[in-house]
Amino acid sequence: MTDIADQSVSTAAATTGRSLLQRGEHAKRRAASETRFRMLGLVAVMIGILAVVGLLASILSNGVSSFFQTYVTVDIYLNPAKLDKTGNRDPEALQKVTTFAYAPLISAAVEKLIETHGIEIEGLKPKDAAKIISKEAPASVRNYVLAHPSKIGETVKFDLLADGRVDGYYKGRVTMDSAKLDRNISPERLELADKLKHAGVLKTRFNWSFFTAPDASDTRPEAAGLGVAILGSAYMMIIVLVLSLPLGVAASIYLEEFAVQNFFTDIIEVNIANLAAVPSIVFGILGLAIFINFAGLPQSAPIVGGLVLTLMTLPTIIIATRAALKAVPPSIREAALGVGASKMQATFHHVLPLAMPGILTGTIIGLAQALGETAPLLLIGMVAFVREFPGAPPEGFFDPASALPVQVYNWTTRGDPAFVERASGAIIVLLVFLIIMNGLAIMLRRRFERRW
Amino acid sequence: MNEMTETATEAAVNAAASNRSVKMRGDKVGVFYGEKQALFDVDLDIYEHEVTALIGPSGCGKSTFLRCLNRMNDTIDGCRVTGKLTLDSENIYDPKIDVVELRARVGMVFQKPNPFPKSIFENIAYGPRIHGLVKSKGDLDEVVAISLQKAGLFEEVKDRLNEPGTGLSGGQQQRLCIARAIAVSPEVILMDEPCSALDPIATAKVEELIDELRENYTIVIVTHSMQQAARVSQRTAMFHLGNLVEVDATDVIFTNPSDPKTQDYITGRYG
Repeated sequence: MTDIADQSVSTAAATTGRSLLQRGEHAKRRAASETRFRMLGLVAVMIGILAVVGLLASILSNGVSSFFQTYVTVDIYLNPAKLDKTGNRDPEALQKVTTFAYAPLISAAVEKLIETHGIEIEGLKPKDAAKIISKEAPASVRNYVLAHPSKIGETVKFDLLADGRVDGYYKGRVTMDSAKLDRNISPERLELADKLKHAGVLKTRFNWSFFTAPDASDTRPEAAGLGVAILGSAYMMIIVLVLSLPLGVAASIYLEEFAVQNFFTDIIEVNIANLAAVPSIVFGILGLAIFINFAGLPQSAPIVGGLVLTLMTLPTIIIATRAALKAVPPSIREAALGVGASKMQATFHHVLPLAMPGILTGTIIGLAQALGETAPLLLIGMVAFVREFPGAPPEGFFDPASALPVQVYNWTTRGDPAFVERASGAIIVLLVFLIIMNGLAIMLRRRFERRW
Repeated sequence: MNEMTETATEAAVNAAASNRSVKMRGDKVGVFYGEKQALFDVDLDIYEHEVTALIGPSGCGKSTFLRCLNRMNDTIDGCRVTGKLTLDSENIYDPKIDVVELRARVGMVFQKPNPFPKSIFENIAYGPRIHGLVKSKGDLDEVVAISLQKAGLFEEVKDRLNEPGTGLSGGQQQRLCIARAIAVSPEVILMDEPCSALDPIATAKVEELIDELRENYTIVIVTHSMQQAARVSQRTAMFHLGNLVEVDATDVIFTNPSDPKTQDYITGRYG
């Protein structure tokens, strides 16, 4: 192209005396439109980058703080008179003692803590002082006692969660002014927290339980974690992978390599393409109707979520796999058939290995899409409040669980602003999983990629 | 094409080649791609231990005919073959026939060298392995070495059998493909313009190889080069618009063709 253009210009210059250094009217317009187009592209890219940066910045600035949590170190005297009236450490009797019996122990411990550090705050009732500790604390102390009954009667050091408002105070969510208007916190308690922090008893540290703890109720955002959601999502991904990869690849190989082109296969092809574009919530209704109402599978269970997401992922995997199979040059198939390989041998020995990077990439992209899917899970009841961890697979697939994106949705609908922070934190966790999966896709692609 | 000349040429060919036996025989072979007919009633005999060249302008059906000989056309959707094609007097389009077995006996080398993206060794070992022709690793090594020797490639690649076959030069790749075809001990080797992607030196080597292979195999070659047909083949078949125009000993075709179309084509008036 350019050669020809150059030639014609040079002959023109020779004959008409025009110079290459001076642009004609037509060339000027062409150059201008090229510049315009280039600028347009640049602007589009910039807008895209800005959007991504803005999104990440807002999520990170909101969410990173959820990975840190404020704890109070308290020595609690596990009073046998309150916890084990019989005195024989009978596990059944211990079970009957509710968290109500533990709350006074914590109150007493906090009072003692204030005393030992010589803290005096005007207007702070002793009864209120213990409210800087999370409402979750009695339950965690009780769990400890049930696990270690021999410790009853001793004084044990506990790292207890601070109340969500106190935690919010150190994250800038709660101020002295807002505390005055807040029924759940008072400026006096914040002052106490400050003094305890000064004394080194109250600390903000990395919050592992955000990844391991189950969800918590509306009044105790500080205790809410992603444990059940991560496990539920992981179970669903296992189900999706195990079902959709073999099904999808088998269907693609059949359609691409074996099926004869006719009316029937055309219909299937059109349907697969359309299925990929069906709104995900439709799959949710399908799952509700077929898997729960008709087949009688339990609600909120990863098995149902996994099945629904499998149906959603299949078209993606089939389309990606077929594209990968199509990209294998026909000469490879001919070569294999030419030496007397059967169609299946040609496919499995030569075509499939060459298509593998594309298939794996497609599968992982499909899985990543399924991991972030929310709408269909809402319809099959995975939005329920689940505090119990599902059991080990395969039985665990039938236990109620949550899922990461649903947990995000769930938290954003709650009143306490502390849940907004946690929702952003959950989004970060979700994004990290997605980045890992995409990274894996790229790595596999590099590793399996071969030239032909 | 009138019936008279057709039978006349056939008789002449048969007389000239009475000392050779027929390996493959086409009897009124027709090929349809969907509704469109690409080949009309071709009667052509392929003689044992001869190189038969199929010539003719583009789209004349010579490649289509070649691909009928090992049923490679089966892979094309909507392709239908009529008439009768025999290998050692067995109809290869008989529904009972095993296509895999047929292709093991009638090997093929393609226009563009298409080695598998695997090592040189694996390229050749693949055929014998899937047909269960070898019992041990030692046997396999031997088959690979012999095949490479027959294809005249052994000396060039013996030190790098584990390197990818795709890393060889074009001419070497094509000889690798020939070695791969030889490795399954076929009786007939089909070559679809095997030198069209090669330079003159690589072409000369492959042509030399074809001449040597004639001793043990029956070869059918499609070529666009008149000189190549004249150099390597003993018998030449001229195709035009899906018809077999004439077939005769190569020197007869090139010196004294009976059909004016052949005359025009080999003298370069069209094609």
